[in-house]
Amino acid sequence: MDLENQRRVKALAEQYGPENTVVLLGAAEGEAAGLAAETVTNGDPTFAGPLTGVQLGLRVYHVCEPEVKAEFDPDVYSEQVEMMEMVLDVDDIVNEMTAIREQYCKY
Amino acid sequence: MKSVIKGAGYILVHTPDMVIHNGTTQTTERIVNPESEYLKELPSHIRSFEQVLAYYPNQVYIGNVTPDELAEIPQPWSDKACPSHERYGQFGQIMPQEEFILLMQACDVFELVLLDRSFVAKYKDQLAANPIVDESIMARVNEGVDIAEIERLVAEEHSEGIYDNNVLVGCVNRAHDIDVNLSAHTMLENIVSKASSVVALISAIKNAGINKEDVEYVIDCCEEACGDMNQRGGGNFAKATAEIAGLANATGSDTRGFCAGPAHAMVEAASLVASGAYKTVVVTAGGCTAKLGMNGKDHVKKGLPILEDMLGGFAVVVTQDDGVSPVIDLSILGRHTVGTGSAPQNVIGSLVTDPLDRVGLKVTDIDKFSPEMQNPDITKPAGAGDVPLANYKMIAALAVKRGDIQKSELASFTKEHGLTGWAPTQGHIPSGVPYIGFARNDIMAGKLNRVMIIGKGSLFLGRMTNLFDGVSFVIEANNGNTNAEAGVSEDEVKKMIAKAMREFASSLMGQEE
Repeated sequence: MDLENQRRVKALAEQYGPENTVVLLGAAEGEAAGLAAETVTNGDPTFAGPLTGVQLGLRVYHVCEPEVKAEFDPDVYSEQVEMMEMVLDVDDIVNEMTAIREQYCKY
Repeated sequence: MKSVIKGAGYILVHTPDMVIHNGTTQTTERIVNPESEYLKELPSHIRSFEQVLAYYPNQVYIGNVTPDELAEIPQPWSDKACPSHERYGQFGQIMPQEEFILLMQACDVFELVLLDRSFVAKYKDQLAANPIVDESIMARVNEGVDIAEIERLVAEEHSEGIYDNNVLVGCVNRAHDIDVNLSAHTMLENIVSKASSVVALISAIKNAGINKEDVEYVIDCCEEACGDMNQRGGGNFAKATAEIAGLANATGSDTRGFCAGPAHAMVEAASLVASGAYKTVVVTAGGCTAKLGMNGKDHVKKGLPILEDMLGGFAVVVTQDDGVSPVIDLSILGRHTVGTGSAPQNVIGSLVTDPLDRVGLKVTDIDKFSPEMQNPDITKPAGAGDVPLANYKMIAALAVKRGDIQKSELASFTKEHGLTGWAPTQGHIPSGVPYIGFARNDIMAGKLNRVMIIGKGSLFLGRMTNLFDGVSFVIEANNGNTNAEAGVSEDEVKKMIAKAMREFASSLMGQEE
C-alpha cells in the first residue's frame, strides 16, 4: 500500500478510533486487495511504510464484496461500480479479503 | 488542413548500472535498509546486453517483432530467447550503455558530465558508428579527464557517479552548490532524459523521411522537470533536445501530464499542424532513471531477472496532409474532465465512448485500442496484473453495458480489438503511444481502418489534485482527398454572398410593401 495512504489510514484510525473506522478498497486484483487489507490489519508486510509493525486490525472490505454492495443505492452502484464488477475476478477478491479479515480483523 | 502521422521512432537504452545506482527502489533501499538481502541479491539478477537484445518485448518495441506475433508467444517471456536479436529495428534501436554514456556527455552543454579519458577512447568509435550520430554530435564529445579527478568529485563534491560494469567511468557534477533543482542527482536524471530523447527524435525524423530543417516545433512530454530554485519546472527539454539533434529551424516547449503527457502532446501537435501554425511538429520523450528496477524486489524475490533495465524513448513526426499517411481525426477526441469523476466506468466512458458517440461510431468501429501498453512480463510478478488486458476488459464491459456487443463476446473483443503489452514500465512511455508506429504501418497496408490511442495519468502523485487524467485520439486511414476541407473557391464565396444579399434585399422590400 502506498506510503501516503498508510499514513492517512493510521491518522484517521487514531482520530476516530479504530473501532469506528472501515477501510474500503478498490484494487483490481485479489492479491493486491489482500496486501492492502493485510496492511491495515496486521501491518505493512513490505516493512516500508508507517504501518510497519502496527496492528490496527481495522474492518476492511473491497467495494465489490456483497456486504458492501448491499449498502449502496443500486442506481449509484450501477453507475459507479457495475462495469468493474463485470471485469474483476470477484470470487478471488472475496476469498482473499475474507481470509485476511478472519485472521487479523479485531472488530 | 488535416494532420498526419509521418513517422515514428522507438528506442531503448540498456542501463544495467543505472538500475543499481539511480533507480529509486534501489536508492531508497540503500538509505532505509543498506544491508538488505535484496541489495545483495540484485547484481546477480542483472541482464547482459545480449540478453536484453533477445528479449521479445524489446524486439517488439523497436519494430522487429509485431504485437500480433508477441501475442502468440506464451508468457512469461523472460525465460525465452527471441529469434530476432538485432540491436536495430524499423523504428529505432537498442543502445548499449557505453554509447549512451558518451552521448550523455555530448548532450551536456555545461561541462557537468565528465568521463574517464580511457573510457572515451575505448568507445568513441563505437558511438560514431551509430547511424543516428553525425559529425555535429561527435564534435561535442570531448577527450575526457583523469579518473582520479572523477573519483575526487564523487568523494568530495557530491557528484553522481556514472558506472559501467560496476566500475566508475564518469560523473555528473552539481550545477549549483545548494539548489536541489540543479543537484548532481537532478542533473543526471535530466541529462539522461535529454540524451535518450535525442536518440528517439533523430530516429523518428529519419523514419519519416523528412529533413531536419523541416521541423518547426518540438514538444517534449517526458515526466522530468528542468529549472532552478526560482522556476523549478521552467523547461525546456524540447528545445534543448532539438539543439543537439540539429533542428536549426525548430523551437518547442514541454507538455506535462504524468503518463497522459504523450497523448496530450500528440493532440497539441496535431492541432498546431491542422491550424496551420506549424507545418511539421515532432512529439518526443526520453526515458527515466528513477523507474529503473522499480519492481525489482518482486522480480528478485520470484527468481526473475531485473526486467526494468531499459530506458525508453519515443518520438512521432506530425506533418500536414501528404495524402497517404494516417490522419489524426481531431473531431474524435476523448477527454477526462474535472467533472468526470474517478469511477472506472466514467473514466473509460469519457475516453472511449463519449468521443465515439459524438460522431456516431460504435466501440466496435475502432479496430484496435492502444491504452496503457505495459509489458505484463514486468507487471504480473509485481502483483499489478496485465495492465493492457485490464483496460480491454473495461472497454469491453462498457461496450456490453451500451449494447455494442453481447456479454458472450467479452473475451473475443479483448483479443480482436486489443494488443498484448510490450512497453517498458517507464511511466509516460507505455501510455498509448508505443503502438503508433505499428498502427501507421497496418493502416497504410489496409489491414486496419481506425485505431484509438488512450493516454491516462495519475495526477494525484503530484499532490496538487486528487484527480485522475486522460485523453484519447483516433488515427484513421487517409482517404487521399487532401483538399476535402479546403471547401469552396473565392469566386464561389462571392457568388454566395451576392445571392444572400439579393435575397436579404428582396425580403426587406417585401416587408415594406
